[in-house]
Amino acid sequence: MVDERWYSLVQAAYVIAGVLFILSLAGLAHQKSAKAGNTAGKIGMGLALAATVLLALLNSEQTTAVTAALIAAALLIGAVIGTIAARRVEMTQMPQMIAILHSFVGLAAVLVGFNSYLTEQHADAVHLVEVFLGVFIGAVTFTGSIIAYLKLSAKMKSAPLTLPARNLLNLLILIVSAGLLAWFVAAPSLVPLLIMTVLALLLGLHLVAAIGGGDMPVVVSMLNSYSGWAAAAAGFMLSNNLLIITGALVGSSGAILSYIMCKAMNRKFTAVILGGFGTEAKATSTSDVDYGEHRETTTGDLAELLRESQTVVIAPGYGMAVAKAQYPVADLTSKLRAMGKDVKFAVHPVAGRLPGHMNVLLAEARVPYDIVLEMDEIQDELPDTDVVLVIGANDTVNPAAAEDPGSPIAGMPVLQVWEAKHVVVFKRSMATGYAGVQNPLFFRENTAMLFGDAKDQVEELAHLVGVSAHEMAPVQG
Amino acid sequence: MRIGIPREEQAGETLVSATPKTTAKLIQLGYDVVVQAGAGAAAKFPDADYVAAGATVGSSEQVWAADIVTKVNEPTPAEVARLADGAILIDRMTPTEHPELIEALLARRATGLNLLAIPRISRAQSMDVLSTMSNIAGYRGVIDAAESYGGMFAGQVTAAGKTQPATVFIIGAGVAGLAAIGAAVSLGAQVRAFDVRPEVGEQIESMGAVFVQAAAAQQQVSSDGYAQKLTEDQEAATARMYAEESAKADIVITTALVRGWAPTTITADMVAKMKPGSVIVDLAAVGGGNCEATVPGEKIVTDNGVTIIGFKDLTSRMPAHTSQLYGTNVVNLLKLLTPGKDGQLVLDLDDVVQRAITVTHDGQVLWPPPPVQVSAAPKPVADDRPAPHVPTAAELAEKERRRQQRLYAWFGVAAVLVGLAITFSPDSFQGYFTVFVLAVFVGFYVITNVSASLHTPLMAQTNAISGIILVGALLQLGSTNPVVVVLAFIAATVASINIFGGFAVAGRMISMFRKDA
Repeated sequence: MVDERWYSLVQAAYVIAGVLFILSLAGLAHQKSAKAGNTAGKIGMGLALAATVLLALLNSEQTTAVTAALIAAALLIGAVIGTIAARRVEMTQMPQMIAILHSFVGLAAVLVGFNSYLTEQHADAVHLVEVFLGVFIGAVTFTGSIIAYLKLSAKMKSAPLTLPARNLLNLLILIVSAGLLAWFVAAPSLVPLLIMTVLALLLGLHLVAAIGGGDMPVVVSMLNSYSGWAAAAAGFMLSNNLLIITGALVGSSGAILSYIMCKAMNRKFTAVILGGFGTEAKATSTSDVDYGEHRETTTGDLAELLRESQTVVIAPGYGMAVAKAQYPVADLTSKLRAMGKDVKFAVHPVAGRLPGHMNVLLAEARVPYDIVLEMDEIQDELPDTDVVLVIGANDTVNPAAAEDPGSPIAGMPVLQVWEAKHVVVFKRSMATGYAGVQNPLFFRENTAMLFGDAKDQVEELAHLVGVSAHEMAPVQG
Repeated sequence: MRIGIPREEQAGETLVSATPKTTAKLIQLGYDVVVQAGAGAAAKFPDADYVAAGATVGSSEQVWAADIVTKVNEPTPAEVARLADGAILIDRMTPTEHPELIEALLARRATGLNLLAIPRISRAQSMDVLSTMSNIAGYRGVIDAAESYGGMFAGQVTAAGKTQPATVFIIGAGVAGLAAIGAAVSLGAQVRAFDVRPEVGEQIESMGAVFVQAAAAQQQVSSDGYAQKLTEDQEAATARMYAEESAKADIVITTALVRGWAPTTITADMVAKMKPGSVIVDLAAVGGGNCEATVPGEKIVTDNGVTIIGFKDLTSRMPAHTSQLYGTNVVNLLKLLTPGKDGQLVLDLDDVVQRAITVTHDGQVLWPPPPVQVSAAPKPVADDRPAPHVPTAAELAEKERRRQQRLYAWFGVAAVLVGLAITFSPDSFQGYFTVFVLAVFVGFYVITNVSASLHTPLMAQTNAISGIILVGALLQLGSTNPVVVVLAFIAATVASINIFGGFAVAGRMISMFRKDA
């Protein structure tokens, strides 16, 4: 047998790696330390892998060379695919990327669970429960993430799948799985484990299929959480502290993100999970209310308004990313700032398809992060703002949420853009937003609508603003 | 159609109804513009600038022969008589007080559009010359007050000691009052303001002034955006408050003008009790003045050394900007009247704004117009839904207490369950479980601190580190069971995609975040 010291060294490496992982997440508290956090995570991962490879080689039942070759091959394939995917992915596709990565963790957890059962000869009840739970969570994460991926990449329609008695169906699977667990512990065999795996795969499938496209920020965060719990369960069955720590970190991270997202949408977590948003609240549809007339403006008038304004706030929504308008928006921003205007961005927590997605999209377009503010940070400044440009956002700026208790989105915290002196809404048409709720903002006295493709309109606007007032004089006054 | 811009004939008038800038906009609407030679001279707009903007410069006759004439001052019947038959006159008018004007318009079959009658609805705000003029008058009133006041508005701290800021008391927070508040605040004065309409209190405070309350004097929310006349009780209460405030103030600015009528707010008695050197600016001088001692059109000094400014031409003292804003009001009205942007004026009497301003049209007298009901405050929405139950503070506290209790209860149950689970589990499990619970809590606190803008990189990074499940797969790769090896190999591969992909994409996103250079 090998020297016990090697095992102690591996454990030491795991402890250090665990600390580095915590630091890597703590680093994300601020943009300045984020890079260091990323590096800390990479070092931790390197340490953990080196220690594990050492351990795997020491414990190998086969010849060391074969094991080493297999490890090298797996790492190489993973590195090549992972790096290429990370390089190529567009920031708008980030939600899909995150979702598919979750599914990998789920898949790995299922496979590791099965292996753990197959390799462990004298398993006690605790270990069997751990295997069972690990495989269950892993399987739900796996298919759930795949469906999320398909929905986010528009390879599947994002409308919620509403089977009759869908909640009962989910409950049934849970109860049957509990029964299977009892069977598995009483008489360990592959049969109950396999049946449960199939059921869990179906559960993951159905769970996410029943959730609509706009609730995806919550779903992706939730799956993030599940993938963590799956890793933690694997840690229990393998008696590996590092896996447990990491799994717990990731699990609580995802749980917090889900909580933040739910709060931002004023939705109960259970309501999101049980799916079918927008199917029950429609009863109080306010379409018969006459909001009056909306007012249209032109890019020329808006350019003039912007030239006369001091403070400008841009409230972007996912529509901006869909129209790929973030680049012209960044261009417009830098032009306005060069003219000495105070330009800020107001980002609602659910603007985008992922928590923090809008920030990444703006960062990619080279908008400095210090002018991109969260809803709570900018809310008080809105009344003193000359112009708010709402680009591709709808429900997140809907006054009905704050003022109409009968509205389906009542109580959802929204950006109070209507407090500003002027609001200009960039929109394709007068259609309602994701929640299917009419937006009284469009009919406010201080609101003007600018219809058309957001990208074209902002490009034209950026051009018109750039032409100085002096040059404009003979043409436009 | 051709628009004529005459020179204002009233003595001392500096304004003009179109500037070179607004002229260019009129031309964009498809009109020809003829400007009387020297029309903009007093406002420092040379004829050459009008020509550069696309207008022609012509004689008085050419201007008055135009299809449309726009002016600043109320037209005299003699001027109206110079209009072409069926021409359109856009101007400030008081036809109720001057019926001879209506006669003169009818004699020429002219259309008279009265800029003073623009209804106070949001759509028409951009044409509201009353607001424009009030705004400028409010600003100018403060400037004139500062000139006559023998001190500095802002408190100063100098090597020779410090001075107190001036106290400015503003009566009436309409457009003029708010503009005066803004100007006085930005000069550094302590500003106190009062208005009988309670709904403007917030606006006063938002401008940086103190809203002076006089409980008994508060009115109901107005239905047409103007203040109402006061009842006797209210008047007594306000009078007491005015006396107190004016005695303390260095500057008093009165702006109370209810449809051209100026109620008395500052009595001769109050003036007598004011400090020597203090200044009253009566912005309602056009309507006779809010102060009993005001001499409209004049600046006087009372026996006790109080300066009272009753100028009626405050707006004409800033001709460049006043003309520009007045001209823009006219342009906005013509935008409404020129739906085709083809230089053809089309009057639509079914439109409330157009109906409200039309004095005469097509040989008919259309004055006075039907009233337009509007409000400065949001309309109370007619709603037959039951009013939402607003929880009281006590109810909220009770709810919070219950929530706390529930929380404690759940925490207790969880603690008992965890305790039981650990007590009856094998030793090895206990250690791992401890690590797990502590890690969850560490995770909770670490993640709570993560900046919301970095949530997407956070997810990518947690993805990467959850690839640590690779550790399990790697350890299983050494097995002799081929099934296990195959499964472990797949698991190791996908997990390493996670690790490399997750870290790389998180790093890529993080490096995009840049601070303003």
